[in-house]
Amino acid sequence: MSLALVLAVGALTGVGIFLITARSLSRIILGFSLLGHAAVLGLVAAGGSAGEAPLANIASVDAMSNPLPQALALTAIVISFGLALFLLALARRQQLLTGDDLVEDDLEDKRIGSPQPASASSAPGMEPTS
Amino acid sequence: MNWLVTATLIAPLVAAAAGLGLADHARLRDTFTIAGLGTATAGSFGILIEVIRNGSVAVRLGDWAPELGIVLVADQFAAMVLPVALSIILVVELFAIGQRRTAWGANPELAGPLLGVLTSGVSLAILTGDLFTLFVAFELILVSSYVLLTHQGQRAQVRSGMTYVVMNLFASTLFLLGVAFVYSATGTVNLALLAERIPELSQGARLGIGAWFFVVFGTKAAMFPLFSWLPDSYPTAPTTITAVFAGLLTKIGIYAMIRFHTLTGMDDLGPVVLIVAGITMVVGALGALAQNDVKRILSFHVVSQIGYMLMGLGLFSAAGTAGAILFLIHHMPVKTVLFLVGGLIENHQGTSALDRSGGLAVRRPILAALFAIPALSLAGLPPFSGFTAKFAVIAAGIEANSAAVVTVALVAGALTLLSMAKIWIGVFWGDAAEGVSAKSTTRANRRLMYGATGIAVAGTLAISTLAGPIFELAQEAADNLRNHQAYVDVVQR
Repeated sequence: MSLALVLAVGALTGVGIFLITARSLSRIILGFSLLGHAAVLGLVAAGGSAGEAPLANIASVDAMSNPLPQALALTAIVISFGLALFLLALARRQQLLTGDDLVEDDLEDKRIGSPQPASASSAPGMEPTS
Repeated sequence: MNWLVTATLIAPLVAAAAGLGLADHARLRDTFTIAGLGTATAGSFGILIEVIRNGSVAVRLGDWAPELGIVLVADQFAAMVLPVALSIILVVELFAIGQRRTAWGANPELAGPLLGVLTSGVSLAILTGDLFTLFVAFELILVSSYVLLTHQGQRAQVRSGMTYVVMNLFASTLFLLGVAFVYSATGTVNLALLAERIPELSQGARLGIGAWFFVVFGTKAAMFPLFSWLPDSYPTAPTTITAVFAGLLTKIGIYAMIRFHTLTGMDDLGPVVLIVAGITMVVGALGALAQNDVKRILSFHVVSQIGYMLMGLGLFSAAGTAGAILFLIHHMPVKTVLFLVGGLIENHQGTSALDRSGGLAVRRPILAALFAIPALSLAGLPPFSGFTAKFAVIAAGIEANSAAVVTVALVAGALTLLSMAKIWIGVFWGDAAEGVSAKSTTRANRRLMYGATGIAVAGTLAISTLAGPIFELAQEAADNLRNHQAYVDVVQR
């Protein structure tokens, strides 16, 4: 049981990291969902072997599974759910502004990195877009 | 005293909720925000006085035992950092109210309430006594910071905001996995219990946990090589937002690192931390020299200065930890002021790019003075607080015979001075650049902005003046962190 959970954590982390290295924002968001699942599964696995539902007066204390990691996992699920929504909103905004959902380069970095700095030299990052 | 501790968490949240509800009533909303932040700040000073008088305070929320419930602990370290952090947010909010009618200000309907949420997260991160609540506090801070960074929805903000969110979200995921590791190894996430149980683990498990959280907190703190998101994203936000981020967010990462790694006795990681510290100092300072924009130069210095705090931590001696704590206290207000001055510069000439500025020393002498004091302090010149803080860290380094990192620290200090001089020459000397257009601000707005900056500069001077007592308190805090028995006793009592 625990071994299966641990293997699942490894697999989810692997796929998640592969996805967040992509340049497309929708893949990055999917990658984060998987990474979030991996972390939550990790918390559940950390609670030890599974037992009966930890409800007072229904299960005996010895047979219960550990409720504390479950409480932690629930909190973590709520947080990662909210953040996934925020990332989706950000990706949508990016799509509206640029027409695609690819990660852009840092223009100011490129300008400073180039051997001949352009003479029209405001910081492009600072210009408000219309 | 328990109610004071919880008040610093709850007052800003209540103010934030009220502020969001009152979106259409600017004056009432600002009053609520200031009242909430002011209550929290006053409470934090109350906690400081109480801790100095009677020692550390622990509050068990809901009266649960530490193994199961959430414990808030105000030890010397927390009580020192909390008032500085909350005062900074209060001052920046004053500045933001003054700035709000300019096109460069943050959207006041969102910025005020979100600062309240951020404040609550900062209080929770500083006061919390367990690792999982620390994770929740980080999320509270980060979620509000994501929105503050990107809420204007400009292209540059969305682009760099994405990097910022992705980096920090990845670190948060690692944090959560780390909590799972710690729980399966020790059966608890409470810091006081961890301080007893982690040193009993096998060498491999102990160092694994230490290294894992070094990466997690290091990403939040923007240490080398995990800093690239910071100079990219900070300058794109409105000045007030950047000022809070630069003054607080990375410092909360360092705070968590100092607390976790000294409480659990990760002394074996010392050499690694010192190497990272040295590289961080130099890379940040060199990166700053290459920049052409006040806000970008200052952002790279956030990275560089993190190196000094890491150095104090990495020495893993009482003197080193005390130096790191003093540096933290000095650095938060100084960095915030510099960004506020950057905002005023932008306000007067429409840009903070160096090659399009000039001559402000003649036209705005007060602004020049407000820049010079924190800039010299950042570079570590006497008699300012930066000198005392750097002296404490470097003296601890000499005491520990770490000649290499001391040399690097001194070189990085010289580089810092160089780039402060670069800002000074670019912005304050020379002729006024062509085509400079000041932002349209009313006199009342400017008075508030200058007033807030002036208060913050006075705050940094107060820290310079009180450096002696503050350092003594930092030494006491460092002793209590390294010898974790006092912390454990307070929590278990």
